[in-house]
Amino acid sequence: MLEKALKGTKTYWTLVISIMVIMGVAFLFYLRQYHYGLGVTGLSRDVTWGFYIAQFTFLVGVAASAVMVVLPYYLHNYKAFGKITILGEFLAIASVIMCMTFIFVDMGQPFRILNVFLHPTPHSLMFWDTVALGGYLLLNIIISRVVLDAERKAIAPPGWIKPVIILSIPWAISIHTVTAFLYAGLAARPFWLTAVLAPRFLASAFSSGPALLILLCLLLRKYTRFDPGKEPIQKLALIATYAMAANVFFILMEFFTALYSDIPEHLMHFEYLFLGLDGKTNLVPWMWTSEILALIALVLLINPGTRRREGTLILACVMVFISIWIDKGMGMVVGGFIPNPLGNVTEYMPTFTELMISLGVYAMGLLLVTGLYKIALSVRGEVRA
Amino acid sequence: MKIDRRKFIKFTGLTAIGLAGTPAARAFTGEDSLLVNEAGRQPSVENPLTAKRWAMVINLKKCIAQDGCTKCIDACHTVHNVPDFGNPKDEIKWIWKESFEHAFHEQEHEFINEALKHAPTLVFCNHCDNPPCVRVCPTQATWKREEDGIVMMDWHRCIGCRYCVVACPYGSRSFNWRDPRPFIKELHPDFPTRVRGVVEKCTFCEERLARGLMPACVEACPEKAMVFGDLEDADSEVRELLRNNYTIRRKPSLGTMPEIYYII
Repeated sequence: MLEKALKGTKTYWTLVISIMVIMGVAFLFYLRQYHYGLGVTGLSRDVTWGFYIAQFTFLVGVAASAVMVVLPYYLHNYKAFGKITILGEFLAIASVIMCMTFIFVDMGQPFRILNVFLHPTPHSLMFWDTVALGGYLLLNIIISRVVLDAERKAIAPPGWIKPVIILSIPWAISIHTVTAFLYAGLAARPFWLTAVLAPRFLASAFSSGPALLILLCLLLRKYTRFDPGKEPIQKLALIATYAMAANVFFILMEFFTALYSDIPEHLMHFEYLFLGLDGKTNLVPWMWTSEILALIALVLLINPGTRRREGTLILACVMVFISIWIDKGMGMVVGGFIPNPLGNVTEYMPTFTELMISLGVYAMGLLLVTGLYKIALSVRGEVRA
Repeated sequence: MKIDRRKFIKFTGLTAIGLAGTPAARAFTGEDSLLVNEAGRQPSVENPLTAKRWAMVINLKKCIAQDGCTKCIDACHTVHNVPDFGNPKDEIKWIWKESFEHAFHEQEHEFINEALKHAPTLVFCNHCDNPPCVRVCPTQATWKREEDGIVMMDWHRCIGCRYCVVACPYGSRSFNWRDPRPFIKELHPDFPTRVRGVVEKCTFCEERLARGLMPACVEACPEKAMVFGDLEDADSEVRELLRNNYTIRRKPSLGTMPEIYYII
């Protein structure tokens, strides 16, 4: 089936080659990082995790969100998702691979990474995160491969795949829960020490993931013969709406606990993110942008008129995506480090090298999505001639 | 894991045997100045210093009296080949001075004694009884040595994920953001240098204890402001100090059970 990704129009190949050029350039930046060390990033003794780990966290959410199409389709037999379920699963595959790459580029000694399996350590959440992500990748590869193959042969998928699909549902929840546990179990970092972190991660994932899927479906409709139809898009929009409402609710819960309890150690992180601390305000404009976009998006999504109109729905989806990307990809991880455990404020901003490497990882994800979606559409004869 | 740990200890022990006799090593380990260890024996690999639970008591009053003194820091960073990058971003430190208000910011208040507020407080790895860094490490590259409670580091296994740095509530761990070797002022051949991409920290001088020597910082302090000993031994000097003085620890409420005690 993979050969279907190797046959395409000029436009397809232009896209593929452009992405590969970006990846090639990014790889040169990675070589620079590999030779010099992680000192090429903006990270420091005080802010030890940054852009890479934040992107990893955000993308685990996108990967997990595939469950929002898998669950209605397979568990509730919601037929309208028949066309887009495979797109959700392929998006999950690309996202998990991006997650793993972000972890790899964040390692100080990347070629020792297999030590995680050589010395399995059940008391480390990072070990479990590796297991959860690896398993999820495998499940999605098996499921999408088997289901698509059956579709190509116009036969029903084999019976044994059903329990595998059912297993992938709690597994999707688990990847983002375990990722939240990476943070939420650390006494050293009061900002993350909150039981609502995992639910909040899931809510933000189930909002940003479907929002991205809507945008991808509409893009495909524009450039290929694929048409998801109105119903699945609207259903996805509804899912994104509920999840976004839950996400904003959870964020408000965080604010309440921090502000009302007034415990300085908890409060100072929020203060840094939204007001700045010791005159240091790097993330303040970002955080306010995120919150304002979240509120506007919520209004656009909750109001049935604007949710149903495609123009405003697209706008809302873009806003949801950007808002949650800033929240998880900028504020959540870095905010936990500022101030540091000794009360010192050291700021962080990713360097150009760091951004280029990240761009390369995203380009790789885009290449995977492009290739995989090409396969899916080719199988169904929906590629534009 | 057991075998690896043993191998590691054996390796460091063998290195020590190999190098202990050289004049250069003797000069820097200070064997001439410290001829007998606590047990009254000649310091050597045959007479290592052992304990059931190593701990340190720091007399802050003595450090305040000697403000500006950096002998312990210099000694530690020299014998352990700790690089000096000259900038806070790449900084690696095993032991350093933090103002009291930062080291103990829960204890600080508006009208606190000015001298105490800015008191040079020595901070380093607390060798916690319940170390969060060990709990999070995905490869057991850092672990608590059961026989004496030292939180150890294996720089050959560390993958550089920095999860331990994130989990340490004391900021005691440093990461090699770049190749440290060109920034080591004076290379000490009998202690390993590190490579870029691994985490490091104070190890209570386990390599010196194995040779019967006290930690470098303790030995370097002319005021005896740092006292090192066995917490499980009721007659030890540390227990004596804990009995007779009011002592505090950093962030005891977190349940990490740090083993550095401060007399204020």
